[in-house]
Amino acid sequence: MDSALLIHRLHFAFTVTFHYLFPQLTMGLAPLIVVLKTLGLRNHDETYHQAARFWAKIFGINFIMGVVTGIPMEFQFGTNWSHFSRFAGGVIGQTLGMEGMFAFFLESAFLGLFLYGEKRLSPRAHWWSAVAVFLGSWLSGFFIIATDAWMQHPVGYVTRSDGSAQLSSFWQLVLNPWAWWQYAHNMSGAAITGSMVMASVGAFYLLCHKYEAHGRIFVRVGVIAGLIFSMLQIFPTGDAQGRMVTKYQPVTLAAMEALFVGQPGAPLVIVGQPNVDEKKIDNPIIVPKALSFLTYRAWSADVAGLNQFPQDQWPTNIALLYYSYHIMVGLGTIFIAIMLVAAFLLWRKTLFQARWMLWILLLALPFPYIANTAGWMTAEIGRQPWLVYGLMRTVDGYSKMVSAGNGMFTLLGFMGMYTVLGILFLFLVRREIEHGPLAEAGVPDLEGSVEQDEPVVLHR
Amino acid sequence: METIWFMIVAVMVAAYVVLDGFDLGAGVIYLTAAKTANERRAILRAIGPVWDGNEVWLLAAGGTLYFAFPLLYASSFSGFYLPLMMVLWLLMLRGIGIELRTHMSNPVWRGFFETIFCVSSALLTIFFGAALGNVIRGVPLGSDGYFFEPLWTNFRVVANAGILDWYTVLTGVVALVTLTAHGSLYVAVKTEGNLQRRARSTARFAWPLQLVLTLLSLAATIYVRPTVLDNYQHYAVGYLIPVLVFASLGVMFWANRKDEDKIGFLASAVYIVVMLVGAAFALYPIVLPASTDPALNLTIYNTAAGQHGLGVGLAWWSLGFVLALAYFTHLFRMFRGKVRMEGEGY
Ligand code: HDD
Ligand code: HEM
Ligand code: HEM
Repeated sequence: MDSALLIHRLHFAFTVTFHYLFPQLTMGLAPLIVVLKTLGLRNHDETYHQAARFWAKIFGINFIMGVVTGIPMEFQFGTNWSHFSRFAGGVIGQTLGMEGMFAFFLESAFLGLFLYGEKRLSPRAHWWSAVAVFLGSWLSGFFIIATDAWMQHPVGYVTRSDGSAQLSSFWQLVLNPWAWWQYAHNMSGAAITGSMVMASVGAFYLLCHKYEAHGRIFVRVGVIAGLIFSMLQIFPTGDAQGRMVTKYQPVTLAAMEALFVGQPGAPLVIVGQPNVDEKKIDNPIIVPKALSFLTYRAWSADVAGLNQFPQDQWPTNIALLYYSYHIMVGLGTIFIAIMLVAAFLLWRKTLFQARWMLWILLLALPFPYIANTAGWMTAEIGRQPWLVYGLMRTVDGYSKMVSAGNGMFTLLGFMGMYTVLGILFLFLVRREIEHGPLAEAGVPDLEGSVEQDEPVVLHR
Repeated sequence: METIWFMIVAVMVAAYVVLDGFDLGAGVIYLTAAKTANERRAILRAIGPVWDGNEVWLLAAGGTLYFAFPLLYASSFSGFYLPLMMVLWLLMLRGIGIELRTHMSNPVWRGFFETIFCVSSALLTIFFGAALGNVIRGVPLGSDGYFFEPLWTNFRVVANAGILDWYTVLTGVVALVTLTAHGSLYVAVKTEGNLQRRARSTARFAWPLQLVLTLLSLAATIYVRPTVLDNYQHYAVGYLIPVLVFASLGVMFWANRKDEDKIGFLASAVYIVVMLVGAAFALYPIVLPASTDPALNLTIYNTAAGQHGLGVGLAWWSLGFVLALAYFTHLFRMFRGKVRMEGEGY
């Protein structure tokens, strides 16, 4: 493969995967913080407000990471994927432009109020600022997903004489059926991350008998939300996403399931290693006919296999695609199991004493991140070899005049920078968790002792 | 239609420079004007609730540019690959510098993030100025509308110069001085005591430099690209631009003497807007001149997105812009007045 192409792909894949670690928590926590604040206002209970403030602090740290890693994403469409931008800018410029004008402004303007304005605003106005942050982050998710969905399933465009795609129907672009299912599935995935992180921190407090009142709130809210969203994740959203893929990208579906030979009554592979050279699955455990049922709702339906497509249409990395997809689905199933048991114990009022379950909740922390990342890898690797499905191949989209060496240099730069960011993030979040929900708002202020200041006159 | 979008992009860029300009400038003077821990905190508090929102104007301006002139975005961003990546890294460093400093009271930690904040702010202003210089000077566009510039060659302004030559270094310095003054005036508006005094004297010190650099850069621009005068000959309103530039400088001088920080800050905002408008006016309808052959210039016509898309965009852009103005007025009103030192954050 062309080495510049490979480096530009790695460049984008690395930076976007790292970026998405943060927005998923932003979008997942935002509604939960609104829930905590609502409960606090309703029950006149200060504990809920403390809980909301605690999560707002973590939200703030996470948000900053999302912002600083998000800015390079927008730039890279021009820097690393300029031929793609020339081709597609006339269409996806719409959604990317709207994201800036509607979502980022809303989010960033109200985040300032939400994080620093609690003393200046009335409780109700502060609640509204939390809602605005929630709406902003979910809007931002919509516009970026609509962009990605256009690349997966292009609609509402015409081709101009210079070969570029140009918008022909705004409504087709924003009402792209692919976009709405992908959005629903992805947001539910983000909500799973938010709930599981909340439950995990709560479980940690309960296990070490600190801040137990807050820990119980975190676990309760996290488990209930986690159960709801893990169910939504599979049905209807995951199921519908799968049917979108079956309909519009049948070759991707065949590769995701490693179905080398098309057949009626196709089996569903639960475990097994795809062997692309010999075009078969090694050591498979299968459920007969299940794939036909899941995709077409008929046990004997004919599912297209890879053999029915020319090899130059096959996704370029079938093994990785297959594993990503199976990791996502496998984890999704496990999440439901965990949440069902936890919710049952919660209902029987024994969850807070069931240390084994609390341990499971605590240790589940990284898995929603893994599932979300695996899901995106499925979507993006499954789209290959196309950059815009059926219209532009990935080999034609990268910046031809940015050499492999320059790309390598900046890729290494990002890797170094992100390693530092990641360490700082973990360090700061760990500190917040250590300080707990009762810590004085802001930071312990030792500043006066460092240096003697003239007295500050306070205004207003 | 293309002309409308040219103006819209110019408005967004100007809004970005005026807004983020003051927190960049506040970053530049951060280490010199604020001596004590409380003063440093006061500066951070003055920009804390708004800097992220200000930076969003950069993203939104970028998004608007991408939307309206995708070809321009594609060729300029890939052509300026290396400097843009450095801008990205600086933006990242600056963001964490502001936000992470407060998380520990350890003096080493604080000193580290304070230096990052100050240095990255200063470098960013220089980069932005140099970028503008590149756009005015022109770049070696090929017939496919692409180019790639090395960081520098021999610092002379020649057809295939690098990103940095004497002209773009000059525009970088103009930006540094202009935004330093702008940021100092903002800090003077928002604070009091010693900090305010030092911010004022920085602004006073910057003024003569700003005047000399303005004259110098005007002369240099005419020398580097004589065609910038064409539009002035066609549209006489253009002569208002230099008049306003010097009028705003005059007001800044008066305000500096009288300690009228607010008026000085507004005059500085006017100065920035008018300078940018002047640049846009001189370029129009070109958006990226070719230093190789004027026939290869990128103009608003050969880079714009399709007509239907641009028309649709006008509807949502107007709505978005009104909403954004509303949020920002609200935000700045909530945090108006001198910074308060009690309470949460920073
Ligand atoms: C917590 C995360 C999570 C979990 C548990 C699941 N998913 Fe998922 N899935 C995502 C997170 C995700 C994602 C990150 O949100 C993706 C990537 C792209 C997208 O829009 O959503 C995605 C994409 C995605 C796709 C589209 C692939 C493509 O576009 O080529 C399908 C077919 C499914 N999912 C199906 C499922 C099914 C049947 C699941 C049942 C267990 C499931 N997902 C669990
Ligand atoms: C957070 C979510 C996302 C993740 C984890 C992700 C992951 C990836 C990965 C792993 C690749 C490399 C695929 C390969 O080279 O085989 C890739 C490529 C790419 N993705 Fe995504 N992606 C995400 C969201 C998006 C979105 C929202 C867009 C568009 C708006 C997008 C546009 C692209 C482009 C342009 C490429 C490069 C071309 C290519 O290799 O296909 N991605 N992404
Ligand atoms: C190629 C793809 C992407 C681009 C160009 C991109 C761009 C950006 C930018 C510029 C920011 C900073 C905004 C600010 O300053 O407030 C940001 C943050 C954000 N992004 Fe992305 N992003 C991409 C992928 C994604 C994906 C796939 C999602 C989710 C579905 C997402 C959701 C968000 C959210 C919710 C935020 C704000 C919250 C936060 O910063 O944590 N982004 N993104």
